[in-house]
Amino acid sequence: MTDKAINKLEQIVNSELTSKVVDSSISFNELLITTNSEELLNVLKFLKFNENCKFRQLIDIAGVDYPGNKERFNLVYLLLSHNYNLRIKVLIKFDINKQIPSITKLFPSANWMEREVFDMYGIKFKNHPDLRRILTDYGFKGHPLRKDFPLTGFNEVRYSEKEKKVVYEPVNLEQKYRDFDFKSPWEGTKYMNEIKKKDLDGEKK
Amino acid sequence: MEKKNKTLSLNFGPQHPAAHGVLRLILQLDGEVVEKADPHIGLLHRGTEKLIEHKTYTQALPYFDRLDYVAPMNQEHAFALATEKLLNIEIPIRAKYIRVIFCEIGRILSHILNITTQALDVGALTPSLWGFEERETLMTFYERASGSRLHANYFRTGGVHQDIPTKLIEDISKFCDNFPKIIDDLEDLLTDNRIFKQRNVQIGIVSKQDALDYSFSGVMLRGSGVEWDLRKSQPYECYKDLDFNIPVGKNGDCYDRYLCRVEEMRESVKIIKQCIKKLPKGPVKSVDNKISPPKRDDLKQSMEALIHHFKLFTEGFRVTEGNVYTSVEAPKGEFGVYLISDGSNKPYRCKIRAPGFSHLQAMDYLIKGHMLADVPAVLGSLDIVFGEVDR
Repeated sequence: MTDKAINKLEQIVNSELTSKVVDSSISFNELLITTNSEELLNVLKFLKFNENCKFRQLIDIAGVDYPGNKERFNLVYLLLSHNYNLRIKVLIKFDINKQIPSITKLFPSANWMEREVFDMYGIKFKNHPDLRRILTDYGFKGHPLRKDFPLTGFNEVRYSEKEKKVVYEPVNLEQKYRDFDFKSPWEGTKYMNEIKKKDLDGEKK
Repeated sequence: MEKKNKTLSLNFGPQHPAAHGVLRLILQLDGEVVEKADPHIGLLHRGTEKLIEHKTYTQALPYFDRLDYVAPMNQEHAFALATEKLLNIEIPIRAKYIRVIFCEIGRILSHILNITTQALDVGALTPSLWGFEERETLMTFYERASGSRLHANYFRTGGVHQDIPTKLIEDISKFCDNFPKIIDDLEDLLTDNRIFKQRNVQIGIVSKQDALDYSFSGVMLRGSGVEWDLRKSQPYECYKDLDFNIPVGKNGDCYDRYLCRVEEMRESVKIIKQCIKKLPKGPVKSVDNKISPPKRDDLKQSMEALIHHFKLFTEGFRVTEGNVYTSVEAPKGEFGVYLISDGSNKPYRCKIRAPGFSHLQAMDYLIKGHMLADVPAVLGSLDIVFGEVDR
């Protein structure tokens, strides 16, 4: 993948898809285009079938969670073109209530990938043939890859000798999970920053 | 009397010797013919991606050994490459060659396991006994380089953990001289074996178009006649300086995939031999003290080294903000890491693209219309390891 080919691809994508592409950027020699969920199917259809693109393989769908943003979730579609030896990333941003069109008709392999995103982030896909959980336990509640889901989870399982079966119980840790604040002390830890900020506010008053 | 035509659902697994791990397959059978297969995965899900979000880049690396535990270093490689791409650093040449040697060892490890266990699934016991002896030798090489047979944690950001001794290089070289003979022996047992052929030829055929549609990669794609190998098409490390061929199948059935794997082992041996011949001298990890930890000896002498060591193993290093996708040609196919960094010392998001995930997804398409007895044969030729499918 040379720089030239990537630049040319960016030009093609921008000139052909015009307003469908909100933004495009090249960093680390990789092309990322941003679109919205309404145009997603059209953009992917174009990328798959256009003579100059031929992105015939969907590599993966990655969900990302930014709890602070208004458009909380991102989905990144990674595509590969064997013909031109190129890769492209297609990004959409949306909020929690949005339904995303399923691309299983276009790429059959998206089936499980979308199921995984649904499982991990709770993002719903419109027209998906079989939207079930895939990686988590039967009867699991919550969406583990969301940033507000605790690393330790909520339930733990063990075999109960008394009841002669596997039982679910709330997580009970001997020691609380320790999430260290690794910010360099020279720049100030969270706790130091708070003290500093308090002092500053105090001076102002 | 009216003939009853009722399908039978059969629960295959989660504990089944031919399932290559913890796979639960719900099969709909009409007599002995499979009508529908619904794989239930996730029984080995450990939340690797979530855990990585809470670890520094150095601490996140060992999780990759635990994905495809049959060829651990190939997985580490993808993550190391992603971090290096974000940090924009070039690793020393010697490290590149060492990485390639161990990646190819990993490929042989994985292919031996796959070929021999697939043979086991269709009824041949001897290949696995012969093959596992060689795997043990290869795992000793892993152990001598990294300290452990499986979970190596050897490829680090900026190079490899430590240099390999000369005696080890000699032994690997000796192994490469002997190994083609072992491959011949395995082939004697299987390639022209009537039963093995009956169980594999014309079973689980994948057309070129379907291989692309179902996101197949690696041998699954090459077995169907698509000449695509990331080591050739998007070369990383020193692969473009090495001479090797890419075996491509014709019919896309289980037998062709077996043949591809056998040939790939021969090519791997070729690659390792070349690497040993070309192996240059020099450092094996980045000389940047802010990324690679100092030597043990320096720790006793230099205050600065001590500070660097302390900072690297507590806080870790910070990585430039951005998102990258890097992929390597792992034994099972394209193994990729999509890494998002927010500029801190921990990855914001790390999406792992496991080849087995897409391969297993196609199980329903592959097995439809085949007999129940073909399920293990097809499953074996998919080369599934649940560490990476379930993550």
